[in-house]
Amino acid sequence: MSDATTDMSGGKSAPAAHGSLLSESPLMKKRNAAEARFKMYGLLAIVIGLVFLIFLVVSILRNGLPAFTQTVVNVEFTLTQEQFDEAESKMLKTAAYTEYFVNDVTQTLQQRGLDVDFDGDTIERVMGKVGGDLRTFYRENPDQIGQPVEFELSAASRVDRYLQGQLTRDMVVDGRFLEVADLDLVDALAEAGIIGSAFDWNFITGTDTGVDNPGGAGIGASVIGSFFMMMVVLLLSLPIGVAASIYLEEFAPKNRWTDLIEVNISNLAAVPSIVFGILGLAVFIQFAHLPQSAPLVGGLVLTLMTLPTIVISTRASLKSVPPSIRDAALGVGASKMQSVFHHVLPLAMPGILTGTIIGLAQALGETAPLLLIGMVGYVAREYPDGLVSGLLDPNSAMPAQIYTWAARSDEAFFEKAWGGIIILMIFLLTMNIIAIILRRKFERRW
Amino acid sequence: MSNTLILLVILGLGVLGFFAGRARAMATAEGDRRNLHSLPNYYGANTALNAVVPAAVALAVWLIVQPFIINNSVSDMIDQGAIAEGSSLGLIMSDVRRVAEGLDVAVAQGAMTEQDASDMQTGFTDVRERLAEVGVALGSGVSAETLLAAQRYREMAWTGNWLKTFAVIAIAVGGLVLTWRVITRDYRARNVVEKGVLTVLILAASIAILTTVGIVLSLIFNTYEFFKLYPAADFFFGLNWSPSFSGRGQSSQLGILPLLWGTLYISFIALVVAVPIGLFAAIYLSEYASKSVRAVAKPMLEVLAGIPTIVYGLFALLTVGPLLVDVFGEGGMLGVNWMSGGTAVMTAGLVMGMMLIPFVSSLSDDIINAVPQAMRDGSLGLGATHSETVRQVIIPAALPGIVGAILLAASRAIGETMIVVLGAGAAARLSLNPFDAMTTVTAKIVSQLTGDSDFSSPVALVAFALGISLFVVTLGLNVFALYIVRKYREQYE
Repeated sequence: MSDATTDMSGGKSAPAAHGSLLSESPLMKKRNAAEARFKMYGLLAIVIGLVFLIFLVVSILRNGLPAFTQTVVNVEFTLTQEQFDEAESKMLKTAAYTEYFVNDVTQTLQQRGLDVDFDGDTIERVMGKVGGDLRTFYRENPDQIGQPVEFELSAASRVDRYLQGQLTRDMVVDGRFLEVADLDLVDALAEAGIIGSAFDWNFITGTDTGVDNPGGAGIGASVIGSFFMMMVVLLLSLPIGVAASIYLEEFAPKNRWTDLIEVNISNLAAVPSIVFGILGLAVFIQFAHLPQSAPLVGGLVLTLMTLPTIVISTRASLKSVPPSIRDAALGVGASKMQSVFHHVLPLAMPGILTGTIIGLAQALGETAPLLLIGMVGYVAREYPDGLVSGLLDPNSAMPAQIYTWAARSDEAFFEKAWGGIIILMIFLLTMNIIAIILRRKFERRW
Repeated sequence: MSNTLILLVILGLGVLGFFAGRARAMATAEGDRRNLHSLPNYYGANTALNAVVPAAVALAVWLIVQPFIINNSVSDMIDQGAIAEGSSLGLIMSDVRRVAEGLDVAVAQGAMTEQDASDMQTGFTDVRERLAEVGVALGSGVSAETLLAAQRYREMAWTGNWLKTFAVIAIAVGGLVLTWRVITRDYRARNVVEKGVLTVLILAASIAILTTVGIVLSLIFNTYEFFKLYPAADFFFGLNWSPSFSGRGQSSQLGILPLLWGTLYISFIALVVAVPIGLFAAIYLSEYASKSVRAVAKPMLEVLAGIPTIVYGLFALLTVGPLLVDVFGEGGMLGVNWMSGGTAVMTAGLVMGMMLIPFVSSLSDDIINAVPQAMRDGSLGLGATHSETVRQVIIPAALPGIVGAILLAASRAIGETMIVVLGAGAAARLSLNPFDAMTTVTAKIVSQLTGDSDFSSPVALVAFALGISLFVVTLGLNVFALYIVRKYREQYE
């Protein structure tokens, strides 16, 4: 204070000349410009973040939505009794059916003034094994012979991509899968309006195929695999996590052991997920000889990963229950244990469930540990048949399936991978929305 | 009896114990529960717990110990001299177990009688063929010694199983009867039960420690095995990474430095993207944004953190990679040829940076909000503009916390797997060009351990050495970051 007064009285440093308050001095102008710039940087950062998000979402939707539709050829086809008998009497029965089909399609196209030359092989490349399909149909439904039947045949995945413009004529290399000449037929069919697109249920309910049939691959089996894993995670991590949190929050004395536990839990939450995969491989597969690729093992590994998340959120919601509840219970003669289990825990339950759902959502999208316990090399061709088989038989899981598709060399699988991501994101979104609703509905402010 | 059946019997005894204990308590209290020390159900629960828990523990211990004992006594039967060149006791023992299991299957399917299985001799029967009939495939023919050992193995397992059944059920019945007998009206059943429940709670809490111990032990043991096969100095200081599968991996060069370089380079690019954007976003949200902007922008940014990493990986591989090639690759928009493929350090780094933005922004946001309002008011009162206040007062005050947040983000970046597996490439190289494909520690852990790797070759075991390096680095960063954040928090609270 004394310094200031001496300064004032001495008046050695003359203050700068003050201009009008209404006009900005050059320095003030500079400072205000810097202020505006700084604010702009902040806004720009937010905008960049949001642009990233939008870019990501758009690229998922744009690339993934085609996986849900499928190109189909709608053909009305009539088989007479004579044709049926004749075909069945031939050596090459399916070839005969294919021939009828070719004639039928040629006629239809000619009626509309389109003339294309094609044969059974073309049909097979474009629409798959039509002859065999027809034969199976008419042998199973003999009453349909002689009547017009509407067939919906799914087109090969390359035709799919040609019609979507992802594949052009120059890119097609003649081969086992598709020849450039076949595209004439596709164009003619498109002009005649016979070819169209339909929702591909097989992608949602089907199972994975080998590397050479991208069109038929579906995500169904791996959804079931993920479901079984999530069951294991829920059944183990919820009780263990809640028990651990109750101990740490309500009973634990302050000593070295509980300190050690707390440090461990906060560190485990930050251990890279791949390290949990190594743990799973070494302990569950190498040491305990549990089967590889089994959802049970995946579930166990993900349980260990999810536990810290659940413990942290459960402790927060236990902490938010006011002490008066505990005191009231103790006051009317409940034991400490009874006060916790009868009063505190039920009141904390909505918060605990919210935390659990968010933990499960995290576990559902986790991929790296699954790579190490063998869920990636496995081609999930069939559904498990029952509870035990669902837990112990090799299966895939949604993120592992997406990775498998992304790692295949055939580009047609990439579309499936994006489609798989849409399904995964729908599950995650649903779980998070449930968590938000739970929180809104049951959260109590004390 | 099978283990499931034993478990069911124990549980049945537990239910029985519950009702018996409850009934006895009510009887000693002359039918009036007010005479009891605890509620009647506690007496029942106490009896049930004492019947079930010791028996179940005994069963678990038995299941772990029995194979060891049988293994030891059977492997004594095998003559050490008879072990062929290139084979080992372990291999022969696994043969023995396979034959024994095969015999079990054969008996279970009715293809053999129990008598046949235990009297069979290699001299008279082709064991391999008979087992193949029931669907058990053996790699090689069965020697007389192996068959004898297998038969001895089965015999011991059979005796062991009966002993186990009797012992476990006896323990259950004993626990039930003893507890049931001590019940009187003054018996403090609730205290005993609550002590039991507390033990369960403590055990659940200790799983966190068990997990850490499991991680550390599994890493250390396998790393030790690896260093027996491959010199540690070459691993830590080697400049080459070229695993070779010939000669059981003996000719591989497994130096960690190229992988570490790739990891750090990618993490660096990720942080260069994430830190400025995240920090500025946090400053804007906490200092400038109106309430409604904050309510929309903050959760939107946090969505980025909730997206699974496989999505980012695919995004890097299929969208960002090709996009970067269009700009920096041959015939690209810039007319330079820096990038030859979609997978590169830049691809992975950019996408990882996107992922880390919300991580940096929400942590920094919390920290900036924790700076006391008085400091802002003081600075503004002296005539500083808002941005001057942020730069000269708030950021310095929040700096330790922000550094902590950045370190946590760095630890996330180093441990991130899916983005680099899909986006960074597979070639390990020491290069400065950010458009080159490089690989990281995590990506190599995945590639060395995926598939049917055998755990005795250095090529697979190296993954554990990489894992322990990763674990130590990320743990160190986390502990350091938490230390800084905690130290800072103490200043204002």
